[in-house]
Amino acid sequence: MKAIAWPCPAPGGTGEEFAVVAGPEDARSRVLIAPALFEEANKTRRLLAQVMRDLSTRGIASVLPDLPGCGESPAPLERQDLASWRKAMAAAARHFATTHVLSMRGGVAVAPRTGSGWRFEPIAARSQLRTLLRTRILAARDNGGNDSPARLLDEGRHHGLELAGYRLGPAMVIALEAADLSRTSKRPTVTVAELGGVPLWRNPEPDEDPALTGALAARIGRDIAS
Amino acid sequence: MRELAAQRTHDDTDAQLRAILRDVLGLKPRQVEAFTRATELFGALPELDSMAVAGLLTEIEDRLDIVIEDDEVDGEMLATYGSLLAFTEAKRAR
Repeated sequence: MKAIAWPCPAPGGTGEEFAVVAGPEDARSRVLIAPALFEEANKTRRLLAQVMRDLSTRGIASVLPDLPGCGESPAPLERQDLASWRKAMAAAARHFATTHVLSMRGGVAVAPRTGSGWRFEPIAARSQLRTLLRTRILAARDNGGNDSPARLLDEGRHHGLELAGYRLGPAMVIALEAADLSRTSKRPTVTVAELGGVPLWRNPEPDEDPALTGALAARIGRDIAS
Repeated sequence: MRELAAQRTHDDTDAQLRAILRDVLGLKPRQVEAFTRATELFGALPELDSMAVAGLLTEIEDRLDIVIEDDEVDGEMLATYGSLLAFTEAKRAR
């Protein structure tokens, strides 16, 4: 497994973004992973790394690109929106010649529409936005603050918003608010309940879950083989 | 008949709420099964910090198809398993 730079368009970027790649370079099956969004990306990073390692032992290559503005990306997050993320993911699918797409959680909102694949525990970006707003409101309330989702959203649509340490531009706030699960809805959904395990992204201190990662990689391997 | 239907909704909400707490907070199934109405949650469960509260509420909304307003969320509602269950049942009854 290694991190590599690849040519990727992104507003305010350098023309280069980073991706983690795993598996044989000449693999016939190549899985593009659309990562979870915001803080869930951190909580699922290790899970994904283990899935990628497991896939590579099955002869399946995989690539996990950074979303522009996140991770090692040189682009400013504030300039990104769902459209720029979709462009980046589509560019990754072409550059790495991927054959399948695995979206993690909110990554379903940015996964390329073409090609077969899986949606792991999809969540609408608008639900995730609601959780982020709520986290900020509850945290502010602990310090005597009194804010409402409606006021924060109104501010966000015009001036952008900082949520859980992520500086979102107005275009991103508007796009998240509108994003439901209709995109790529033809891909089958894979849930933690059917694989066995706990939703690591919800846990404040996510633990490792080798059984879950193994089951997810096995499911992908089985589907590709059939 | 109505009483039976109400009992069924209660059992269903109870089971779903336990499953949500287990999944969201990564609790052991046995720990969640042992919850009684008096089991203290917020302030007593280390897993339930304010970040986790936000995730928990969104998950309850999504799985039980209800909307929780932020001004309804306070320490009392999250104090015990019984108070959270009563709140959720009242929301579903509406």
